[in-house]
Amino acid sequence: MDAAAAARVAGHGSRRASPARRLLGPRRAPRALLALGAVVGLASALPALYLAVTVLGDAHAAVDAVLTERTVALAVRSLGLAAAVAAAAVAVAVPLAWLTVRSDLPGRRAWATLATLPLVIPSYIGAYVFVSALGPRGLLADALAPLGVRELPSMYGFWGAWLVLTLFTYPLVLIPLRAALRRMDPSLEEAARVMGRRPAQVFRSVVLPQLVPAIGAGAVLVALYALSDFGAVSIMRFNSFTRDIYIAYQSGFGRTEAAALGLVLVLVMFALLAVAARLRAARTLHRSGPGSPRVAAPVRLGRWRWPALAFCGAIVTVALVVPVGVLVFWSTKQLATGFAVGPMLANAGNSLLAAAAAAGAAALAAIVVAVLSVRYPSVVTRAVERVGYAGYVLPGIVVALALVFFSTRVALPLYQTLGLLVFALAIHYLPLAVAPIGTSLLQVPPRLEEAARGLGRSPAAVLRTITTPLVAGGVLGGTALVFLHAIKELPATLLLAPIGFETLATDIWRQTTFGFYEASAIPALALLLIAAPPLYLLSRKGDAS
Amino acid sequence: MIFRPRTAVAAALTALVVLAGGALAGCGSSADDAATLTLYSGRIAPIIGPAIEQYEAASGVDVRVRYGDSPSLAAQLAEERGNTPADVFFAQDAGSLDAVEKRGLLAPLPREVLALVPRQFRSVGGRWVGVTGRSRVIAYGPDVETSELPDSPLDLTEAHWRGRVGWAPTNASLQAYVTALRLVEGEDVAREWLEGMVANDAKSYEGNIPVRDAIAEGEIDVGLINHYYVAEAAAEDPDYPVKVHFPPEDLGSLVNVSGVGILASSENKREAIGFVRAMLSDQAQTYFAESSKEYPLISSVEPPEELTPLREIPSPNIDLAKLGDLPGTLKLMRETGAL
Repeated sequence: MDAAAAARVAGHGSRRASPARRLLGPRRAPRALLALGAVVGLASALPALYLAVTVLGDAHAAVDAVLTERTVALAVRSLGLAAAVAAAAVAVAVPLAWLTVRSDLPGRRAWATLATLPLVIPSYIGAYVFVSALGPRGLLADALAPLGVRELPSMYGFWGAWLVLTLFTYPLVLIPLRAALRRMDPSLEEAARVMGRRPAQVFRSVVLPQLVPAIGAGAVLVALYALSDFGAVSIMRFNSFTRDIYIAYQSGFGRTEAAALGLVLVLVMFALLAVAARLRAARTLHRSGPGSPRVAAPVRLGRWRWPALAFCGAIVTVALVVPVGVLVFWSTKQLATGFAVGPMLANAGNSLLAAAAAAGAAALAAIVVAVLSVRYPSVVTRAVERVGYAGYVLPGIVVALALVFFSTRVALPLYQTLGLLVFALAIHYLPLAVAPIGTSLLQVPPRLEEAARGLGRSPAAVLRTITTPLVAGGVLGGTALVFLHAIKELPATLLLAPIGFETLATDIWRQTTFGFYEASAIPALALLLIAAPPLYLLSRKGDAS
Repeated sequence: MIFRPRTAVAAALTALVVLAGGALAGCGSSADDAATLTLYSGRIAPIIGPAIEQYEAASGVDVRVRYGDSPSLAAQLAEERGNTPADVFFAQDAGSLDAVEKRGLLAPLPREVLALVPRQFRSVGGRWVGVTGRSRVIAYGPDVETSELPDSPLDLTEAHWRGRVGWAPTNASLQAYVTALRLVEGEDVAREWLEGMVANDAKSYEGNIPVRDAIAEGEIDVGLINHYYVAEAAAEDPDYPVKVHFPPEDLGSLVNVSGVGILASSENKREAIGFVRAMLSDQAQTYFAESSKEYPLISSVEPPEELTPLREIPSPNIDLAKLGDLPGTLKLMRETGAL
């Protein structure tokens, strides 16, 4: 994530720098790269700019809307939820990552894929499944009825939202963490072990510190996702900031109020990013030498294999088997009443097209942002990186309306075209690609790049031949994350897609607004099927190399 | 894997050019001889689709529909500020139409079109007109005796109903009810009711359908929703456990509408007016009454048999257009903790 802070420590700037130097950093980035960064930064600042313009249009109303006890209470509640979800996601992801990368856990590749898949389940579907399956009078209660259970405890409210958001976002920590574990030089651990440290000590004192950037980056993504989510909190009836923004828009008159609340959310996000950067400052994370590209010998679990398997099994059961089971159960009911395959295939094709294009565009933009912020840390490059998170922390409807606002004013021919939708999805999910690329870049020693420069290669050639191959895992992971989110995105797709461009997500929406949650099962399963192959490749890649 | 930025950049640029080209070509081809009409619809395809097809077949006009939820589409129209491809806005609730009208984005409708619908079901400004009506009801499950049912939603704050009531405070129809209550019974009554509902542990759901489903599943015993959600489910399943009760007092059976307006920026006003007329034709009104069990608003079509006729519903005589003070309602609902 905010790799700039960490890299700044390793920078060579003098304390008394000129203003320009302070702004542009000790190492001046190549002009072309900086120009690209400016373009990306401007694009990803559009949602925040839209909010600012709207709020300035009626500053009085905005101030009135925001300066209330309610805003403070909502901010506290939402931050509490975000923190709890992030902590739980880390607690789930760290053991999963270690077991699937570093241990001899049976079937670890399959576990890795299965454990990542919950990311594809849209939060509103996941929440609904949990409510109807595990709710007071749900499927589970029905199943337990013969045993005399009349009603299960309610899962609405904070803990319901916490559970659902944790289960469907922990892969955001798991994916970068697995990549980081694979990139880590095993010789450090071996040295520690040779010097007599026990495995647990080695993990705590050698492995864990190296994983902090990946964990932090993932945790920030999870926390910001929890802040931005609407589907799960609304179904779980948890009053969050985002829900309030939606309510304001729903009233039809609350445009300024919604924008003001959105701006507060962006400010909260900046504060969170600053804190996260502080926590991770002052670390050098790459090894001093190039190291040798090899994979650590897997740790033998021995009889610990069984609890490990039980842990993986439990997580996969709750996060994947239960929701998928319910979806399959529903879809069999649906299949019995007849179902058209043709339109669904067309929708799946549309989903795939938009998501793949958005993932590609976001990955390219993310490489620019990550290289700038890690290798050329400065006020400007950090601003470019952080402003990108605004598009991610804001609910989809805000991002969509921002693009409605700007495109109808300055780019009318592009309005409601596929290109604009792809653009919207790319800026909405850009940080999902920046984070893993940034963290993997942190583990690449800059000396390698410096040496190549010293040998006469151009910056572009260095980027292409040295940096990019070394961060390929991060690029791949980031691209996959954007893809997996873009394919289930709803509000922006509804507002910005060309008329008649139906996706699996809009189909799910159509069914659920009609109250046919069962009918949404088939497109939801189709989403999972599309997402499975990239996830499988992702989890295979590192293990094989 | 070796990643080549240059190739990737080239590929991305090519893709963008192709996409943009395709998009522009798309714009060009849509402007061919057959007239087209673009509709923003807050009503979903299964309900409105057949009515649109009827219109297309009769008029030869090609209708393109962007589906979404009504408030989001209203927000989108507000941001577009006239630069919209939409000719017609078909909303699920009067509030969304009202919001768009207040921004000056709707064109006046011809008087004879407005005259098709009773005065209380169209805008005072004459820029949108109701298409179908739905009544607020108290839906109830099998555990509730009919003798137990209250005459007024205001009675649901009694201790007897504690924890047994569901409602959807974020839903436009409930908010319209609160607005009407403020208008007719006064601010204090509305505030007292909201506070009483919250204190009586009314369960909040995200919409009418979740309330209905919660009653069916026994999570709650009664709920405040619109009549046709139950009518729909009952049409599919004769043994559906949820029934409706029209509370006679305190606006308990307030009738709200879905409706249409024509965008001021539309260049296809003739076709747009034709579309509005078609939605208010006997054919379309009969279709809405039969398929989604809503109240037809024109006098020549009778409501579906299983529904209490509109004139027999003890509904207050309120101008829906006066239900526009939504911000005030939201403020009150927030202050009382209902939202």
